[in-house]
Amino acid sequence: MSFLPYALAAWLFFVGLYGVVTSRHLVHLVVCLGVMQSSSYVLLLAIGYRTGKKAPIFTSGVPVKLGAVDPVVQALTLTDVVVSVTATALILALVVEIWKRSGKLDPDSLRKKET
Amino acid sequence: MTRRTRLGTFVAAGAALAVLFVWALTGLHAFGDFQGEYGRILNRTAGSQRHVTNVVAAIVFDYRGFDTLGEESILFAAVIGIALLLREARDEGERRIDVVRSDFIRAVGLFAVGPTVLVGLYVIAHGYLTPGGAFQGGVATASGLVLLYAAGRYRAYRAASPKAMVDLVEGTGIGTYTALGVASLAVGSAYLANVVDLGTKGTLASGGTIPILNAASALAVIAAVVLICHEFLEELMTPA
Repeated sequence: MSFLPYALAAWLFFVGLYGVVTSRHLVHLVVCLGVMQSSSYVLLLAIGYRTGKKAPIFTSGVPVKLGAVDPVVQALTLTDVVVSVTATALILALVVEIWKRSGKLDPDSLRKKET
Repeated sequence: MTRRTRLGTFVAAGAALAVLFVWALTGLHAFGDFQGEYGRILNRTAGSQRHVTNVVAAIVFDYRGFDTLGEESILFAAVIGIALLLREARDEGERRIDVVRSDFIRAVGLFAVGPTVLVGLYVIAHGYLTPGGAFQGGVATASGLVLLYAAGRYRAYRAASPKAMVDLVEGTGIGTYTALGVASLAVGSAYLANVVDLGTKGTLASGGTIPILNAASALAVIAAVVLICHEFLEELMTPA
């Protein structure tokens, strides 16, 4: 049971990668990339988890002695999410440009046109 | 490369990667048994050292504040990239009609604008006390503004967020963050060191530079999301 979160991260990564490789539509490809990125959030949060511990937020009444799950990986995940979102937006802008210039969204048809 | 050879390459390369991936994962500790000292020490000391209750916020805006500056630069660069790509070849033609026809959606959607922005601002303001912060609250606030388009009309969204002002807010956010780092150099500390009075733990006036950096980041995030939506919606609104 204890390996399940890691297995989920691996599964998300490879399912997303399969989608990217076999994609027939650039927007679909970006979504698959998003699935791959989610695997890194799952992996980071799974690494920092401590059984029975709560979130690293010590409002009044929560003694510091209790401890918490690892806050560093949570901060890293936050950075990860922000970077993913901006990268996704930038790639989608590229997709819009491709569509405007070639009228096509299938990665395969783009390749054929060039060669 | 045909689809067939690509799939074949993927199966072979993917299998090799999977073996390495699983091998790396077997080297990890059992789930729930993390022993990293860095996070443990911060959980113990951040509260008394920085007078904040949310340790993640203390890491994002203080202990690893320099990383967040890099993160914001990525945000900034991406927004510039999107604007360069999409603004370039756009002719200011006639706008498409973009009226939401359902009265119900318009009423509920426009009613939600105020509460959404308010929740977003609340999440930002209490980011270093309770779960939340500049990034989460910033996106929520910006989505409140985008509701003006989704439930109302594009023109209302544009009127509520004039491009010149949003550009200025974006620059102010990043600029304040950078300038605060330089200011801490000026008083003889390290870059982005926490040099302001730490205040009372558990109140809004706590954390020293954390609330300032939090607010600066919030401005940058709100403006970035609003600008990204501007650029994409502009594509939608001008006839191809």
